[in-house]
Amino acid sequence: MKTYLPPKFLVTRDLAKCIRCEVCVNQCSFDNHYYDADDDEMKSRSENCVGCHRCVTFCPTGALTVRRNPLEYRENYNWRPEFIEDIIKQAESGGILLTGMGNDKGQRIYWDHLVLNASQVTNPSIDPLREPMELTTYLGRKPDRVTLGPDLNLEAELAPQVRLEVPIMFTAISYGAVSLNVHESLARAATEAGTLWNTGEGGLHPKLYKYGRNTIVQVASGRFGVHPDYLDVARVVEIKIGQGAKPGIGGHLPGEKVSAEVSSTRMIPQGTDALSPAPQHDIYSIEDLAQLIYALKEATHYTKPVSVKIAAVHNSAAIASGMVRAGADIIVLDGLRGATGAAPKIIRDNVGIPIELALASVDSRLRHEGIRSRASIVISGGIRNSGDVAKAIALGADAVNIGTAALVALGCRLCQQCHTGKCAWGICTSDLFLTKRVNPDIGARRLVNLLRGWSLELKEMLGGMGINAIESLRGNRLHLRGVGLTDTELDILGVRMAGS
Amino acid sequence: MKNSQRNNHAVKIDASGIYYRDLNAQLRELASNGTRKIELRNVFGQRYIGTNLNKPVEIDIFGTPGNDLGAFMDGPRLAVHGNAQDGCGNTMNNGEIIVHGHAGDIIGLSARGGKIFIRDSIGYRGGIHMKEYQAKKPVLVIGGTAQDFLGEYMAGGVLVLLGLNGCQFHKARFIGTGMHGGVIYLRGSIESHQLGKEVGTADLAEGDWQILKKIIAEFAAHFDYDADEILNHKFIKLFPLWLRPYGRIYTG
Repeated sequence: MKTYLPPKFLVTRDLAKCIRCEVCVNQCSFDNHYYDADDDEMKSRSENCVGCHRCVTFCPTGALTVRRNPLEYRENYNWRPEFIEDIIKQAESGGILLTGMGNDKGQRIYWDHLVLNASQVTNPSIDPLREPMELTTYLGRKPDRVTLGPDLNLEAELAPQVRLEVPIMFTAISYGAVSLNVHESLARAATEAGTLWNTGEGGLHPKLYKYGRNTIVQVASGRFGVHPDYLDVARVVEIKIGQGAKPGIGGHLPGEKVSAEVSSTRMIPQGTDALSPAPQHDIYSIEDLAQLIYALKEATHYTKPVSVKIAAVHNSAAIASGMVRAGADIIVLDGLRGATGAAPKIIRDNVGIPIELALASVDSRLRHEGIRSRASIVISGGIRNSGDVAKAIALGADAVNIGTAALVALGCRLCQQCHTGKCAWGICTSDLFLTKRVNPDIGARRLVNLLRGWSLELKEMLGGMGINAIESLRGNRLHLRGVGLTDTELDILGVRMAGS
Repeated sequence: MKNSQRNNHAVKIDASGIYYRDLNAQLRELASNGTRKIELRNVFGQRYIGTNLNKPVEIDIFGTPGNDLGAFMDGPRLAVHGNAQDGCGNTMNNGEIIVHGHAGDIIGLSARGGKIFIRDSIGYRGGIHMKEYQAKKPVLVIGGTAQDFLGEYMAGGVLVLLGLNGCQFHKARFIGTGMHGGVIYLRGSIESHQLGKEVGTADLAEGDWQILKKIIAEFAAHFDYDADEILNHKFIKLFPLWLRPYGRIYTG
């Protein structure tokens, strides 16, 4: 069937600069560039371009430009090009539209409407370049009250705690969705930076067991790669109920991505679909969740925190209360803009709530019920910079997870083709020709650099507020003010209007 | 009973009134001290017995163990002289669970190895999402019958439904819904509307009989049945029609 779909991008080549080296041909995994021997000229099939800039970055002479196709539709606010093009795709395929990465729609981004405070005159700011500044964060259940013995020793029995040097972790991304080199980059960076990375639900490659002290292992509905060694090696065990990009639905890792290596960690035959059912069939209630939490605590002899991850949805606050009461030591909320390796576009763009609102309402609810100390709150879904991190912590998060930001550090340009398995940057693919594009030595360095940069910025912001520990910012919403928000929004966020 | 009488070295524990956490800690300690036989008396709903135990220990359980019996278990042999509840063999890796009675829902959920023998019947979603990898191949045998969604999402392993004790007209619906690996052997009859649309039916081939005979011999030995009598009956084989049942519903 001839496609009616217009090209998304136009690739133009400055022939005066092009040396016909064919680097672009080798770099593009979407079959865009080719050498035309008859004309002795490099040419492009623009309709294949996904806008990932791989060719632009690696063209040695800077001959390539990628532009949005200037094709104009008649103006129509209702029928925007995206909707027209989605219909064309479905009319030609009859399928559910898949996509990758996070929601790219215009729902309000509350981080952009929150501003932080700073000290002026009445209390001094602190210069982090010369004074100690503390970002250390402990995740895990805290005792209800602290009682000290005669030698000032802690009398209360302390639940397992995990020390983070920086309140930023790498989010769950499964091996299979991303390559082993990406997993290794994340694992090594987390180890070096003193934080945690997360296996996602695809198991842990034997090569990475040595990073277990900095690893969160996931137990999801597919239970892929879950076995005693996997639970033993981890620092934290996480039950995945949902994810922000696709709340309420399961996942399918397509058979094409289940290579021999991927099959060995998922522990399923090569080439079969890895189906993660929508629910975990042993969890239909909070009581059932408690049962799995304690099964995992039994299995790990009560030595590790058990985390539970949900997508942020309408009644997250009530669910979070149940999760904490069920025994979760860490609760993870993944918001509307959380990313994915593959999700139905219609779910990604329409289901779930913004993480800022979910975080504020969960933190308020747990405080109101007097159980906030029983679990740490970790949030994810659209954290773009250290400003977002600081605002999240002020709203009540103990730590944040970053996924997209980490992948961007490795080269990702958010072209949203993760589900095709053809990632030209070698990130979201299991094609061995492509995966070697991520060198774990360089990948780990880029990620550590990112965390270092954000840590320095966090310290600058803390110092500006006149506080010297991230603990003093945590849940301290007085350090936030809202700009351009309604009374209801301010009320849910628990934040006052700027100027008040 | 036979097992415990034959073995004079079994460590006996009266479980009445012991909190599950203390009981399991005791079991873990015994197993790691090299104890090879344990007899639990008066078990009354304690959860997670055998969970994540990875030593070759045999545990005879008298009474009613609680949910998640043998979850994540890796090697032990549990014999329940009574009924088992939900989640028995949840995500089990290796070992054996033998239930001299009934068992509840989600028996063998996501099991990736080991064997589970249930003498009587089980509840809903038995053997769902069992999976296999290379030599690891879980086996779940149900002597009686099962409720709906038996073998849902099944990705590997062998599930056997015998319909003994007069339950040969199985009533379960949605059997093997989403099945994309493994095999179900079913003794007795079934209507096509009871099967998931991803499931095909066939008569047993020679290879199937060989697998089944071995499994039935074990089952019969556990529960004092005559294996030949069980086998001398019509069996049907349920298998996945496609390895990728949902491969065609998505588009880029």
